[in-house]
Amino acid sequence: MIQVWNAVVNGQPVELGIDPRESLADVLRERLGLTSVKKGCEVGECGACTVLVDGTAVDSCIYLALWARGKQILTVEGLQEPDGALSPIQKAFVEEAAVQCGFCTPGIILSAVEIVGSGRTYTRDELRKLISGHLCRCTGYQNILNAVERAVHEAHKFVGGEETQE
Amino acid sequence: MEVGRSIVRVDAFDKVTGRAKYTGDLIDRPVLEAAILHSTIANGWVKAMDISAAQALPGVVRVLTCFDAPDIQYPTPGHPWSVEKAHQDVADRKLLNRRVRIYGDDIAAVVARDALTAKKALALIRVEYETCPVVLEPREAMATGTPPIHEEYPDNVLRHTVSEIPLPPDSGFQCAQEVLDCPGYHAFSGHYETQQVQHCHIENPVSWAYMEGGRITVVTSTQIPHIVRRVTGQALGIPWGQIRVIKPYIGGGFGNKQEVLYEPLNAWLCTQVGGRAVRLELSREETFQNTRSRHPISFDVRAAVDQDGRLMARECVLVSNQGGYASHGHAIAANAVTGFRQTYLDQIAHRSEAYTVYTNRSSPGAMRGYGIPQANFALECMMEDIALEMGLDPIAFRVKNLMPLGYVDPLNGITCHSTGAAACVEKGRQWIGWDALREKYQNQTGPLRRGVGMAVFSYKTGVHPISLETASARIVLSQDGAVQLQLGATEIGQGGDTVFSQMAAQAIGIPTEDVRIVSTQDTDTAPFDTGAYASRQTYVTGHAIKKAGTLFRRKLLDYAGELFPGAEGLDIRDRTVMDGAGNTLITLADLAMEAFYSLSHSEPVTAEATAHVKDNTFSFGCCFAEIEVDIPVGKIRVLRMVNVHDSGTLINPALAEAQVHGGMSMGLGYALSEEMKFDPKTGRLLNGNLLDYKLPTAMDHPELAALFVETCDSSGPFGNKALGEPPSIPVAAAVRNALRHATGVAVNTLPLSPQRLVEEFWKGGLL
Amino acid sequence: MFDLASIYEAKSVSAAIRALEDDPSAVVIAGGTDVLIKVREGRLAGRRLISIHGLAELEGIALTPAGDVEIGPLATFRQVAESPVIEKTVPVLGEAVDQAGGPQLRAQGTIGGNVCNGITSADSASTLLALDARLRVRGPRGEREIPMAEWYRGAGKVNLAPYELLVKIVIPRENYEGYFGHYIKYAARNAMDIATLGVSCMVKLSGDRTAVEDVSLAFGVAGPVPLRVYGAEAAVRGLPVAEAADQIGPAALEEVSPRTSWRATKEFRIQLVRELSGRALREAARKGGAVL
Repeated sequence: MIQVWNAVVNGQPVELGIDPRESLADVLRERLGLTSVKKGCEVGECGACTVLVDGTAVDSCIYLALWARGKQILTVEGLQEPDGALSPIQKAFVEEAAVQCGFCTPGIILSAVEIVGSGRTYTRDELRKLISGHLCRCTGYQNILNAVERAVHEAHKFVGGEETQE
Repeated sequence: MEVGRSIVRVDAFDKVTGRAKYTGDLIDRPVLEAAILHSTIANGWVKAMDISAAQALPGVVRVLTCFDAPDIQYPTPGHPWSVEKAHQDVADRKLLNRRVRIYGDDIAAVVARDALTAKKALALIRVEYETCPVVLEPREAMATGTPPIHEEYPDNVLRHTVSEIPLPPDSGFQCAQEVLDCPGYHAFSGHYETQQVQHCHIENPVSWAYMEGGRITVVTSTQIPHIVRRVTGQALGIPWGQIRVIKPYIGGGFGNKQEVLYEPLNAWLCTQVGGRAVRLELSREETFQNTRSRHPISFDVRAAVDQDGRLMARECVLVSNQGGYASHGHAIAANAVTGFRQTYLDQIAHRSEAYTVYTNRSSPGAMRGYGIPQANFALECMMEDIALEMGLDPIAFRVKNLMPLGYVDPLNGITCHSTGAAACVEKGRQWIGWDALREKYQNQTGPLRRGVGMAVFSYKTGVHPISLETASARIVLSQDGAVQLQLGATEIGQGGDTVFSQMAAQAIGIPTEDVRIVSTQDTDTAPFDTGAYASRQTYVTGHAIKKAGTLFRRKLLDYAGELFPGAEGLDIRDRTVMDGAGNTLITLADLAMEAFYSLSHSEPVTAEATAHVKDNTFSFGCCFAEIEVDIPVGKIRVLRMVNVHDSGTLINPALAEAQVHGGMSMGLGYALSEEMKFDPKTGRLLNGNLLDYKLPTAMDHPELAALFVETCDSSGPFGNKALGEPPSIPVAAAVRNALRHATGVAVNTLPLSPQRLVEEFWKGGLL
Repeated sequence: MFDLASIYEAKSVSAAIRALEDDPSAVVIAGGTDVLIKVREGRLAGRRLISIHGLAELEGIALTPAGDVEIGPLATFRQVAESPVIEKTVPVLGEAVDQAGGPQLRAQGTIGGNVCNGITSADSASTLLALDARLRVRGPRGEREIPMAEWYRGAGKVNLAPYELLVKIVIPRENYEGYFGHYIKYAARNAMDIATLGVSCMVKLSGDRTAVEDVSLAFGVAGPVPLRVYGAEAAVRGLPVAEAADQIGPAALEEVSPRTSWRATKEFRIQLVRELSGRALREAARKGGAVL
């Protein structure tokens, strides 16, 4: 049943054999060793397995791997700069104390990558909605929102103003 | 000062890059996959099982049933072992159970080459049951004639305890009852109930086990590696040293992983397939059904209050629903009545009575706060209701009765070594603008109404004198003058590794950046520590780190003294050893090289110390909440919320604040939406998934504010006391009291869910 | 890994229909957010899947020259919510689907799947029903168009033969032009939830914006399938907005049949119908410029 599968994963072309019954999360974790892709529910209710497919955040546990064929896939393993520097979003998560147990962190960071990459700014409530597909039990989302907000603002060199409500 | 710095977490970099490895990320290949067959009845017996079809399925390695499992009953809670038989945990389950006590009980297991095959094999097992009636509520379980769930407990009462504090000799009363009945005092009685909720750590329990050199290694997501070793040894009936437990990063625990859940079964399955590696990973649904939760407890409380608003006496009678297995057993109910007794002072008397009752529900166990979130709901609803009945200011009434500095609990001797309780209340009151809002929200009409409420709590630090408190720390010099810190205490997301590093740095006199903590515990090499629970580690392990750090520092300076005979007043500053006059003698890096490689005296410095802590102290705090309730549809929106904590000296203020946010969030879910629901007919958990169990999302939260009143506790290693569990405690009562302020309706059962609210509003005539 | 017999990736609608003819027991999978969960649960375990994921001919949202809105069934919730066409013509539909699940699910789940799985809580369903949308389905012998009112055949059952495929959701111009809509999703959480009750109301105001000239009101979870309350609509047609808002909820109670489940009692759902119907109407009218 094995089929040839290719995609660009974290910027690198990848070709391998997969079982078409595998989820994208299965392929990324088990075949490619990208263990940042966490499984917390396997039914799209927790967001821990979130990855970007062609720039869009999806729950990779309920996304068939074969649908990702030929696409660009990003996990947090692909976020660091070539010299190892953290991306601004990762840095914001570190510095805003947005990380606790860390299990939901990779998924939320990827949603944040999409949010920051949209080229827009957002209100605090809009950000709440944009990360609402991730469950976190450690943080109350407070510092996560602070980190995402900071990353959005830094990306736009835009701090304060009416669009932040505090 | 290293203590008190808001440094970034030592594990943050690895966690944001996906490099932090959790149990499931470390699996060695090849690995066999295990899956558990769960019963489809809640009470009864497995009469027979046909495994032939499952065993014949290609890819299945072994099918093992409750008829094959060792006939050994073992305990599961993450308590320190007690050498006194009377204090040992209840051993009431086997690896696989013929006697079924919960819906989904573990009755067989399949080991197969892959997870899908294992799952398919489960479906092929045929089971014949003998069923007994399902009992989900303590009152049915305790009723005469209800058959016992455990033969050893014929009335289904696991334990029933009564306690009363000694009365002052001059009180003129003989017992609490007399004070409570005294007509000279305002008499209050109330009934409050809390619901069953779950931890919902995002990483489900997972472990994998393999044999090496005749011993079993279990890699597992746990808060308590040394206890896992002990219980696994007990469950398999083999010497404890035959087990090695490795604990990597874990994706949250909150008390659920302070229980030895499936490691023993995994270890046993591994032995049944010749020591080959076997993985046992729970699904989210299994986590809900088969792991622990917070006890639902019902409270009947009474109080006698004098005209000045002083508590003369209180009584708390509670019934705790234990589900099918003892888990932490009566310890939680006992802690709940104790917690109810503390926080405030009774002038004369206090009586407690606690029942822990077996039923067929999924078994509750330890969960963040260990009985106190329940007790605090009852206590702080009661305090609010008394104040309103007597026309007292709810805050003034509380503050007047607060436990004073120097308070000694009359039954367990725990002493209030420091208190910022009143200061916390004042800070919260100012933050929320209490006085103005209490005034503003009087006498509202219309469908949307607002209110403001608060609740106070106290929480002890660690488990002394109820259980043993011991922790060990080891500090090892590296050639570059930095150190490795090795602990048996565990990082479970709370930031333990970071604050432990800060403590070690503080004790030695080096920057935290020079402390490299070994995050993974391996019971073969990690010093002994009972693990992460009871908000104990910064306190108990903190003492061990301080002791080891002080010893290490002395050894370093002694060694430096040898190199510089005659030098006096040696001190470590800026990574160097200095003399009393401030002259730099040698850098720590050079000193380390000497210590390692000196041809005259080689001594790579290490220090190890154990702290057997025989003290305890109280943390305090409060929550203030401002809410808006949409009466016709029963919806509460929390507009603003603040927790103010006295956790003594903060080791890392930024992480402390983050932890408070998380606790508030958990408290919010407890207050408003979370509840495990069971089918009354079958006993099956109805909402055991993250869609139907209403864990709050980012859109269900207000901005969370966390404030502190820092005291310096004389019993804490660095002035610090409990922080991890407290934040979740006061939220539910604060929200409930705000609802009462907004609507005048007292809702005495959690959660304050829309349907319950609408029903209460119907009763109260608001709709 | 999912327990499946096989997955056939259809390269065209006709290929998918042929595959369905060959094996009517096969399950069509589009976004996967519903089907894969059922496979994992066991309800669709071991089945053969026909994937229509990514079929360009089933994607897209467009306005026809006649002004009808045509939505490809593979349009994700997110695409519908972000569509300029939807925003211009039936913004209420965008608002409704923007409340399904969370962002990731909305980027995966499709409006066609939401309509075809037949569940009463589907966030798009009540609005499409209130809009009298038409569903164009194609089978081996051609196409037919089914009004939403005739779509639901019972809980989880829709008017779709095993070898038919939904190919277009059509909202005729006359059904939306001049109307303003509002959808209320009532659920325990503000995200990642299914509706305890969904209410969608479309209102056309009188010229002076004081009265309700026309109204349609549809519910999810007020019965085994999404339903319209035609009697209540008729009862408030022509009334001043405030009066209509006050009366439509009580009137709707005659036509709904919510049931008690462990999620909510019948009485509670009825209270929600009573209360939220008027709120939806009021809000729709406010969007239309009514002063309240």
